[in-house]
Amino acid sequence: MDLDYFFQLFLGGMTRGSIYALIALGYTMVYGIIKLINFAHGEIYMIGAFTALIIVGALGMTGLNPVLIFLIAGVIAVLTSAGYGVTIERIAYKPLRNAPRLSALISAIGMSLFLQNYVLLAQTSNFLPFPTLIPEFKFLANAGGIISSTQIIILATTALVMVVLTLLIKFTRIGKAMRATSQDRQMAQLVGIGINKVIAFTFVIGSFTAALGGVLICSHIGQINFYIGFIAGIKAFVAAVLGGIGSIPGAVLGSFVLGLTESFGTGYISSDYEDVFAFLFLVLILTIRPSGILGREKKAKV
Amino acid sequence: MLKLEDVVTCYGNIKALKGISITIQPGEIITVIGANGAGKSTTLMTICGIIPPRQGKIIYEGQDITNAEPDKIVGMGISQVPEGRRIFPFLTVQENLDMGAYLRRDTDGIKRDRDYIYELFPILAERRNQAGGTLSGGEQQMLAISRALMAKPKLLLMDEPSLGLAPIIVQQIFSIITKINQENGTTILLVEQNANMALKVAHRGYVMETGRITMEDTAKGLVSNPEVKDAYLGV
Ligand SMILES: Nc1ncnc2c1ncn2[C@@H]1O[C@H](COP(=O)(O)OP(=O)(O)OP(=O)(O)O)[C@@H](O)[C@H]1O
Ligand SMILES: [Mg+2]
Repeated sequence: MDLDYFFQLFLGGMTRGSIYALIALGYTMVYGIIKLINFAHGEIYMIGAFTALIIVGALGMTGLNPVLIFLIAGVIAVLTSAGYGVTIERIAYKPLRNAPRLSALISAIGMSLFLQNYVLLAQTSNFLPFPTLIPEFKFLANAGGIISSTQIIILATTALVMVVLTLLIKFTRIGKAMRATSQDRQMAQLVGIGINKVIAFTFVIGSFTAALGGVLICSHIGQINFYIGFIAGIKAFVAAVLGGIGSIPGAVLGSFVLGLTESFGTGYISSDYEDVFAFLFLVLILTIRPSGILGREKKAKV
Repeated sequence: MLKLEDVVTCYGNIKALKGISITIQPGEIITVIGANGAGKSTTLMTICGIIPPRQGKIIYEGQDITNAEPDKIVGMGISQVPEGRRIFPFLTVQENLDMGAYLRRDTDGIKRDRDYIYELFPILAERRNQAGGTLSGGEQQMLAISRALMAKPKLLLMDEPSLGLAPIIVQQIFSIITKINQENGTTILLVEQNANMALKVAHRGYVMETGRITMEDTAKGLVSNPEVKDAYLGV
């Protein structure tokens, strides 16, 4: 077996997994807190990528350092997406908070279609090139093309996000409030937690990481269109379900499992079935563990 | 301290409270007794702003809180020990207590109160890093009371704190209710099916039937009332 090829596939899978994880976090956190599959979440990722593209285009003429441009574009993209995320919650989900769950789900699907078409009309249906702004690191010259500097940045950023998020949720006041709200919303209100703020904050974090994923993957793949959010969103959703929706470690684990499966599947079996592997794996896992790899079954003490 | 004036609360089209009026003076222990479905829990949830009333007024310390948000109401000094304990199952015992003190910023005071709680209920200290959902029913009730106390409430609402507990634990819970009232001067509104015990610790009481207050008297008066005896005291 060709070891170089193996590592290349492995790292490719980890990169995919990282992006899925950045998106899946938002699905799983929002589900945890308001029990809603936020179908518009993939679009947040897409909007993040488009915002970055627009900023990069605007700053490209200024002759600034490409890395600096990338950072500025990333920050603006992430903030813009967070704004979209919170706004979607406010107008499409909050009014339906006490309505049957199906209503909110339909609202989410509507929001997803709306945002896709909004970007389609404002931009174009064609793929747009996303410029390479991250230079190749010197030390990679000997790596024989197994990994690129963009991939390293994706892996490192994802790792950092995971650590920060874990600490935030475990130790901070807002993090504990998020956990309390997801476990019993009414009781959270009874101890004085302002659940509107907590829910909005959850959308901010979820949108933030999704947009980060969008910006990173586009600079890796080099092109975007209005539809990327749909595909990536579905995959990340599969990853979240795979790991156990509502569970944060589950979403991360599910994402890496999915990324690696796809990468090895396409590399060793056939690239024609790239999208099939994800769903095949999902069915397989859910047959064995219906609530996902790390999902917990609800048991209440009476 | 707290005044409900002709409060009507509905679930959809069902009127759960059909115009109730309750008055509580500072420092009192008030009990509300009534059969299943009378509207006792609904009353407490209405006071806390979880289910705002359709009609009527709720005045707390001179302020109208009828349509205030639940977190505002907690901030003004009203806490609830809800029916069924409602412990956050995947938070540790200590985190559950921290959540009780969510709106407080005095770190030292919080720590002092936590130590006081651990002294009051040593079992909670022992279990402090254990998930709340793994506690026994009695331990969860102690935790639910402690969590409410961590907010330093001026008015404590308790919904059937003795439900499903062994007699010895029930004794303990009621002696703690008296203690909280006497030592901290906390005003208490106690909802109970265990009318015998409730009327022993309460100063005054209300009897509730299908969404209406049908009787109101001192605890002594209610205990000796033949109708109450028949219906609620089982003697
Ligand atoms: N969420 C709800 N939706 C619809 N109806 C409700 C809801 N909660 C309570 N009710 C109804 O309102 C009425 C009062 O209920 P409530 O829970 O206040 O009674 P309770 O006096 O606390 O009874 P118990 O002693 O059994 O706890 C009941 O008829 C109940 O069926
Ligand atoms: Mg009740």
